[in-house]
Amino acid sequence: MPMDGGIGASTKRREDVRFLTGAGNYTDDINVNGQAYVAFLRSDVAHGKIKSVDTSDAAGMPGVIRIFTGADFEGIGGLPCGWQVTDRHGEPMQEPAHPVLAQGKVRHVGDPIAAVVAETLEQAKDAAEAIEVDLEELPAVVDMKAALVDGAVKVHDDLTSNLCYDWGFVEENRDAVDQAIKSAAHVTTLELRNQRLVANPMEPRVAIGDFNRATGESTLYTTSQNPHVIRLLMGAFVLGIPEHKLRVVAPDVGGGFGSKIFHYAEEAFCTFAAKAINRPVKWTASRSEAFLSDAQGRDHVTKIELALDADNNFTAIRTETYANMGAYLSTFAPSVPTWLHGTLMAGNYKTPVIYVNVKAVFTNTVPVDAYRGAGRPEATFQLERVIDKAARELGVDPIALRRQNFVTEFPYATPVAVEYDTGDYNGTMDALERMIDRDGFAARRAASEAKGKLRGLGINCYIEACGIAPSQLVGQLGARAGLYESATVRVNATGGIVVMTGSHSHGQGHETTFPQVIAEMIGIDASMVEIEHGDTQNTPMGMGTYGSRSIAVGGSAMVRAAEKIIAKAKKIAAHLMEAAEADVELKDGQFSVAGTDKSVAWGDVCLAAYVPHNYPLEEIEPGLEETAFYDPSNFTYPAGAYSCEVEVDPETGKVEICSFAAADDFGNIINPMIVDGQVHGGIGQGIGQALLENCVYDDQGQLLSASFMDYAMPRADDVPFYEVDHSSRTPCTHNPLGVKGCGEAGAIGSPPSVVNAVIDALQSGGHDVDHIDMPVSPSRVWAAMNNA
Amino acid sequence: MSQIHVITTINGDETEFLCEAQETLLDVLRDHLDLTGSKEGCGTGDCGACSVIVDGRLVCACLMLAGEAEGRSVETIEGMADGDDLHPLQQKFLEMAALQCGVCTPGILVATKNLLERNPNPTEEEVRYWLAGNLCRCTGYDKIIRAVMDTAADMRGAA
Repeated sequence: MPMDGGIGASTKRREDVRFLTGAGNYTDDINVNGQAYVAFLRSDVAHGKIKSVDTSDAAGMPGVIRIFTGADFEGIGGLPCGWQVTDRHGEPMQEPAHPVLAQGKVRHVGDPIAAVVAETLEQAKDAAEAIEVDLEELPAVVDMKAALVDGAVKVHDDLTSNLCYDWGFVEENRDAVDQAIKSAAHVTTLELRNQRLVANPMEPRVAIGDFNRATGESTLYTTSQNPHVIRLLMGAFVLGIPEHKLRVVAPDVGGGFGSKIFHYAEEAFCTFAAKAINRPVKWTASRSEAFLSDAQGRDHVTKIELALDADNNFTAIRTETYANMGAYLSTFAPSVPTWLHGTLMAGNYKTPVIYVNVKAVFTNTVPVDAYRGAGRPEATFQLERVIDKAARELGVDPIALRRQNFVTEFPYATPVAVEYDTGDYNGTMDALERMIDRDGFAARRAASEAKGKLRGLGINCYIEACGIAPSQLVGQLGARAGLYESATVRVNATGGIVVMTGSHSHGQGHETTFPQVIAEMIGIDASMVEIEHGDTQNTPMGMGTYGSRSIAVGGSAMVRAAEKIIAKAKKIAAHLMEAAEADVELKDGQFSVAGTDKSVAWGDVCLAAYVPHNYPLEEIEPGLEETAFYDPSNFTYPAGAYSCEVEVDPETGKVEICSFAAADDFGNIINPMIVDGQVHGGIGQGIGQALLENCVYDDQGQLLSASFMDYAMPRADDVPFYEVDHSSRTPCTHNPLGVKGCGEAGAIGSPPSVVNAVIDALQSGGHDVDHIDMPVSPSRVWAAMNNA
Repeated sequence: MSQIHVITTINGDETEFLCEAQETLLDVLRDHLDLTGSKEGCGTGDCGACSVIVDGRLVCACLMLAGEAEGRSVETIEGMADGDDLHPLQQKFLEMAALQCGVCTPGILVATKNLLERNPNPTEEEVRYWLAGNLCRCTGYDKIIRAVMDTAADMRGAA
């Protein structure tokens, strides 16, 4: 065991010293000599025809270097969509153009019309205000169902309608599901909205473009979760820059939660403009711009039906969902309501047939894409809410109903096209029940009632598909990218190691956990291992960090590269010890020959590789550096059981969370302290969704919740301490570490238990309320209680 | 327009700078003085990522004009550790991993340092209310609150 922590140790995060002392190097902390500043002129209407853009006055203002409009990007590629969904009838989705700067029309408030590059940011902003745009305002399409009515105003004139696709999954099951619902002993139906959210990482997006005229190389510094993906999309599809002339750097990144996966117009603009004016060009989003330009999340309207037989076994699930795409297709938007949502509708339960219908709709709103969980929270919420409703209707215990229907044998092929490799859903529910003192709930409820409060207990389960994903599978499903991960392990002559990974850390602690794995494999201290990430120039082509994939896919690539290193090092050690390679063992950083006292240290083998005086040069090359690309054979399937207790004040409708417990099965765990933090953060965001957050547009398409004064982020006094447990572990069977991923679990698993608890509280007070849409705000609770 | 000449004290050092009238203290710290630890999360005083202490009072540097720093004493995250010796709050945050992406962290540390100077024995509720002005999107606040409570206990024990 390494002295400073191998696999399973709560090693302290090495990146934290720089973050704790203000020494982090985030994109906005970077200033390139000679940089100019960008201000975008953004549409203040949701839908309009651009009749003219007059920049003549603005161009003469102090400090202005150049003003760009949509005309400057004619003939240049638009922002590409990375996923094509095929609809129920075998037709490809409707895919509109997405220009870098608006051409012809604006389609949401915040759509960029022009960009001013000036010596200072103030000058750029002043000039942007002086641009005269003649805009013919058009009626805005905001409501999804209204957008699909015949004759509705079209967001994109060249498409046949506002319907992006009408997806059926699994289409062949449609009749069987209809039949099962018709013949069911009981059907529970629930209609709900999974409201639109804004990811709001605390670091707003930043882009700095730089062009070196001497080398012809462009560099983009950007707040991205996946710099190689940005390089590929922007280089190949937008600006036509080959990869060897384009470097993308994502240094310390201040949170992402999905919103920094996507390729954004501002990145392409700054890269383009830097070359056009031959100066570095910097853009830093204000928080208002973040609200108006970061891809938003969720926004599904769903009807779900759960059919049960006379013994309360689930027999079928049927759902119909409207999914808001916003005005354009963001990079991975089409995949979220389909392959990241429909495939999870089985949940933890053995329901024989399932049919999911999703209609994706264009509206005059900011584009919607993946936000922490991405499709899986929407699936989990509707399923776990409808099960709770069914339990109440049938008068059965909600935990017992779940346990009765759990999948218990693995591998398990769901009726929605995925195969769960391992799991123990009773195990996580047992772990949860050990934490929550359910027997004591009646007394706690009585104590609350004595204070005039209503107390509720909510339970739910979740499963998610993580470690995204097998490239060949996602290719069949419409992905236009591979989803492997890469790592290069470079051993230096004196034994220190640098791992260059395509995964990207923006809060997850990779710089700590990845070395723990290498330290464990070789038996050296983790402090001998350094992680490089975030720069396409230093790291092999990788797909980045999202979908809880870093340790499961990126970590596996690193293990494969390290295995190659160890195999080669054993050959060198065998030569040095004059032994057969098959007899060489590696333990605690020492190579030895079984049954002898011969040994050679890790550092000596590394030195021999780079100073190959006594070395088998006829058999192997000098040096010790290996690269591996790892493409998983399946997703991973973390799962868990969550519980929440709330007190509701019947006078005001205010919900207070009294306790929150989470039991997760993440398979093997590298650093339990970091995993706890990931779960905490996810729960915090899930409670935010359940109680506070709501991204609201008015019927003109104006974003009403465009600041932290209007969009209620969870604050320290809104949340409780969380009790978390990950002792229930069924290791993943198909990756070398047996890991499953933990980044999204909390956000997926927590909203239903909060809402289930509120409904339970209201029911205990005699209120016949079976659903309240999120956020479960005081006004909504009060209205539900008072039939207002 | 002529620039304003300001003499102030930052992290104990007398500091002079020139600034435009409309520049905030945060602009000057980040863009003129290369003290980039203070972050702009919103620019409207709603997130606390730019928290600094001015004459003992916790303020959002994005809401204070740089010219107002004349003659005052400003403390930022860069002055919190003593050389390589972390402040007890920084040390506890490190031990408990009470941070993730690190953007809100400088503001939260500055704010809690100010809290503990005023109230060495805060209740959980007092810590949560004091930090209600500092948004963190990563941690769900659990470890932050625990780290502050634990540090307060340690510092009381050491005093």
